[in-house]
Amino acid sequence: MKRMRDWLANPWGQPRLLGAFTWLYMVWAIVPVGIAILFSFNDGRSRSVWQGFSTRWWWGDPNNSVLHDPSLRGAIEQSLRLAGLDMLIAVPLGVGLAIGLTRWRGYGARPVNYLMLFPLVTPEIVMAVSLLLVFSLLYAVPFGTEAQTLGQVTFSISYVVIIVRGRLLSVGPEYEEAARDLGASQLGAFRLALLPLLWPAIFAGFIVVFALSIDDFVVTDYLSAGQSTQTVPILIYSSVRGTATPALNAVATVMVIITLLSVGLAYIVYRWTARSRPVSTGGNALNEIAAQDV
Amino acid sequence: MRRWFWPSFAFPGAGWLVLLFLVPTYAVVAVAFGTSDPIFNQPIPAWNPLHWQFATMQSVLSELKPGHTFWIVFVRTFEYVAISLAGCLLIGYPVAYYLARYARRTRGLLLILLIVPFWVSYLMRMLAWVGLLLPDGLVNRVLLDLGVISQPYPWLAGQSSSVVFALVYGYVPYLILPLYAVLDRIDRSVLEAGRDLGGSPISTFLHVTLPLSKNGILAASVLITLPMFGDYYTNDVISGSPRTSMIGNQINLFFQGGTQRDVGACLVIVLSVVLAVLMSYYLWVTVRASAETKESLL
Repeated sequence: MKRMRDWLANPWGQPRLLGAFTWLYMVWAIVPVGIAILFSFNDGRSRSVWQGFSTRWWWGDPNNSVLHDPSLRGAIEQSLRLAGLDMLIAVPLGVGLAIGLTRWRGYGARPVNYLMLFPLVTPEIVMAVSLLLVFSLLYAVPFGTEAQTLGQVTFSISYVVIIVRGRLLSVGPEYEEAARDLGASQLGAFRLALLPLLWPAIFAGFIVVFALSIDDFVVTDYLSAGQSTQTVPILIYSSVRGTATPALNAVATVMVIITLLSVGLAYIVYRWTARSRPVSTGGNALNEIAAQDV
Repeated sequence: MRRWFWPSFAFPGAGWLVLLFLVPTYAVVAVAFGTSDPIFNQPIPAWNPLHWQFATMQSVLSELKPGHTFWIVFVRTFEYVAISLAGCLLIGYPVAYYLARYARRTRGLLLILLIVPFWVSYLMRMLAWVGLLLPDGLVNRVLLDLGVISQPYPWLAGQSSSVVFALVYGYVPYLILPLYAVLDRIDRSVLEAGRDLGGSPISTFLHVTLPLSKNGILAASVLITLPMFGDYYTNDVISGSPRTSMIGNQINLFFQGGTQRDVGACLVIVLSVVLAVLMSYYLWVTVRASAETKESLL
């Protein structure tokens, strides 16, 4: 009742109801994941009824724990392997494409610009189907790690382009022109003036590609070669409705921990390098990632 | 040399996209309009447009007539996506609005909490809900204790409501961030002007904030609608029943099931055309809006 009177007296004050709603949303969004993590420490085989605390599904069980079951460990390894390969290939390609498209004033730039946007708006299943068909009918790409990497890079490139191009547009061509006026070659100006300025965006690109790769299910599943190349999302998808043990929760938890640790570490590194850099880097990594990750 | 300096940066990436996006897209068309081997049931693509056959596409289109198989699936997909989108907006807009306008000391913390779901994989979040919705899961036990239900409700046995709920849960974070970015950009002085001109908070919201965020709402909606149309894994994990199958499930069935890939390819084309129509509506709206703003500035 008092709230109501407060609101009538000053309708422009803090809307408590909206604040409560927002916090409620946060609880709803995060607590289920927390409960799933908790259940990885369940003493029994159930993923829904709590039977006491134990670490058997992490390392205790000699056969079915994350530490001892090769298929669970393999899924984590495959997820990380693909993420590494994806970052290694997609980021250089994307950075090059972004630079080329911003600086290149030719006839070819426009169609490539449009082409680059399509992977962003194509539903994943459409891309997965087309890659599956082309790999089995036209290109001799073996399914498994090779095909999965090619597929992941294909949908990752555009995100890198968007991030790096945003940075390129805000930097402008002036620094390079200054370097050229001071006698640097075209390549020298690129290496000494432009590349250091692009560093924060390239860094953000690595993080976003990592997240995209780790999270991907559809393309990775379509291009996998059975159990030996399944990733953690594939493992979850194929066993969540069955009689999987809490070890499945433990595997998923491992991925959450790895992701949060790498993002946290990346953020610290980013802040540290940004501080030691004389040129202001504009917005921070958190915002840059937040704005781009879709 | 100098002429080719900048284009040479773009060539590897552009070549990659041509070989691994453009050509594969054409492969779908070639399979859809190709024939299939009657013995092994393998598709025989028709790479040359002069050799295209339209029999498969015709049979798919006849199944798309009202009342037929694919029609039912398509209508269901539209329903699920529309309801999920509405749910996402009803939850996401207030949250983004609060964050952008009111959260001060807590904003940093709230933003981090908002981003956390992005770093937890989608299927991990679905895994979490499967645990909660199992017959002996937490949701059923709470409802039983409260006396709302007298026996465990089969949430995971082909319930449309569970699928829509899971879609909302899965996609709402992707909506909130762009909405927040748009709402945060609205100039506070515009809102103060609304207040000074005698508007109540509600009328200021309706006449200032909402119109200013209209394009953001549209863009964010497109952002989550497109992947939702191709989603089949949420459905498989939460329901697993053909009663709730969406167009993505139907396509997945033709490809992972193995046979009739040409039919699957036809469905992919139909889905792409439908989405292209939706996209062009969105582009038309935004182009018109930007033209109107330019006009009003002149």
